[in-house]
Amino acid sequence: MPPVSLRCKECQTEYALDARYVCERCFGPLEVAYAPANPADAGELKRRIQAGPHSIWRYGDFLPTDGRGYPLPAGWTPLIRADRLARELGLAEVWVKNDAANPTHSFKDRVVSVALARARELGFETIACASTGNLANAVAAHAAAAGLESYVFIPSDLEEQKILATGVYGTNLVAVGGNYDDVNRLCTELSGDHDWAFVNINMRPYYAEGSKTLAFEIAEQLNFELPDRIVAPIASGSLFTKIARGFTEWIDAGLLEGELPIFNGAQADGCSPVAQAFAAGLDFCRPVKPDTIAKSLAIGNPADGPYALDLARASGGRIDSVSDEEIRAGIRLLAQTTGVFTETAGGVTTAVLAKLAARGEIGPDERVVIVITGEGLKTLDAVRGTFSAWQIDASVAAFEAAAAERAGAVGPVGVSARTGAVH
Amino acid sequence: MAVTVKIPAQLRNVTDGAATVSVEATTVAEVLDALFARFGELRARISDDTGLRRFVNVYVAGEDIRFLAGLDTPVGDGAQVTILPAVAGG
Repeated sequence: MPPVSLRCKECQTEYALDARYVCERCFGPLEVAYAPANPADAGELKRRIQAGPHSIWRYGDFLPTDGRGYPLPAGWTPLIRADRLARELGLAEVWVKNDAANPTHSFKDRVVSVALARARELGFETIACASTGNLANAVAAHAAAAGLESYVFIPSDLEEQKILATGVYGTNLVAVGGNYDDVNRLCTELSGDHDWAFVNINMRPYYAEGSKTLAFEIAEQLNFELPDRIVAPIASGSLFTKIARGFTEWIDAGLLEGELPIFNGAQADGCSPVAQAFAAGLDFCRPVKPDTIAKSLAIGNPADGPYALDLARASGGRIDSVSDEEIRAGIRLLAQTTGVFTETAGGVTTAVLAKLAARGEIGPDERVVIVITGEGLKTLDAVRGTFSAWQIDASVAAFEAAAAERAGAVGPVGVSARTGAVH
Repeated sequence: MAVTVKIPAQLRNVTDGAATVSVEATTVAEVLDALFARFGELRARISDDTGLRRFVNVYVAGEDIRFLAGLDTPVGDGAQVTILPAVAGG
């Protein structure tokens, strides 16, 4: 459906489709509005999608730009049926949407694609972002692919892997003394005075649309059916709410039948402003100072928090948080039952799934999809010291001796035999 | 107390284009009242019956006033107050 305007989510004031993100009347956030879909066109739409490229651009009918000629295709990541994980948790049907399988190994490739494609259409020559890490990787890489100048602002205490995987693309990498919310404030100020496309500030309405493609892919990969429940992480709340918007748009377009899934949000205890607001029955979030190993979710002042709260409540879901220890266990649980090694944010999501299962909140017939947003190799510290390698000489005898010793100490490697010990 | 207020680009059309404004005040609430007195249209843009609108962030010396004393946060001579739209990050 062709995009028609930017519309304020609070007061519905409309603006042209240019680089702006705030309603001038009420300061509310702007969102892309589209011409209404005609369900009679659903068959043709579906054919067009299925004939499209194996990337987010197959969903160009539902995006603010069609991405023609876009140089670094993202999306079309695997949806894996996770029967061993389901069994371990006593659930019927669990699927893992593995968005680590993107060009820079996180879902941020989706959002950056849409923001950068639109920025090019608007004539920008420099793109920029405030990032907790994954976005930094994506902006640097996509700018390099498109031949644009880029500036990437990160908190200086970011994981080394994420810093290295950003700088390699030749960006202007700016490490800021402060946490993510400080970086975000700085970039919001800079965006007023530089003629740059900050993907998650002045290009935010376009950027956020990229997350809808996760919903489109999940539905298409389930043969145009809706899951019963989504478990997804919450940092700013944008991904969480845009997945719902994606499903809603396809229901309205006649591509899907049924109700919006139940939405469960996942946060880390050390940065859980939305989970705290949910528990307290509030419709706004009190900002917090993050202190968690899940740095990609460490946004203490989540601007889409109110909308995430609305969605969880309206869909019959919840927003939960988990401890750093549960996050580490979540990473191991996912790895050891599915072969998917996720970063700390995926540990948060998996741990919240385990918590919901343990509380008996998931029905016996439910089809659950968990959204795994990033790659384990980016947060290696989270698994350091959680197992030990056998140290042996290069002889058969040494191996057999070590094997005999181990056989007494540790059972067969499986989910319930997770090792705790360490160097 | 002379306080400098940084005005975001989105509000400069009601501050006659000014990016910074100097006011006399001892708290954030007084800063806002002084601004509203000078630029009448500003009040409805960033506040409603309940106080500041929920997508407006105010900082004193870079710190969000919600970590300080909110609208009662004191501002010293030469303090810098920044008004910004809330933007979700990530």
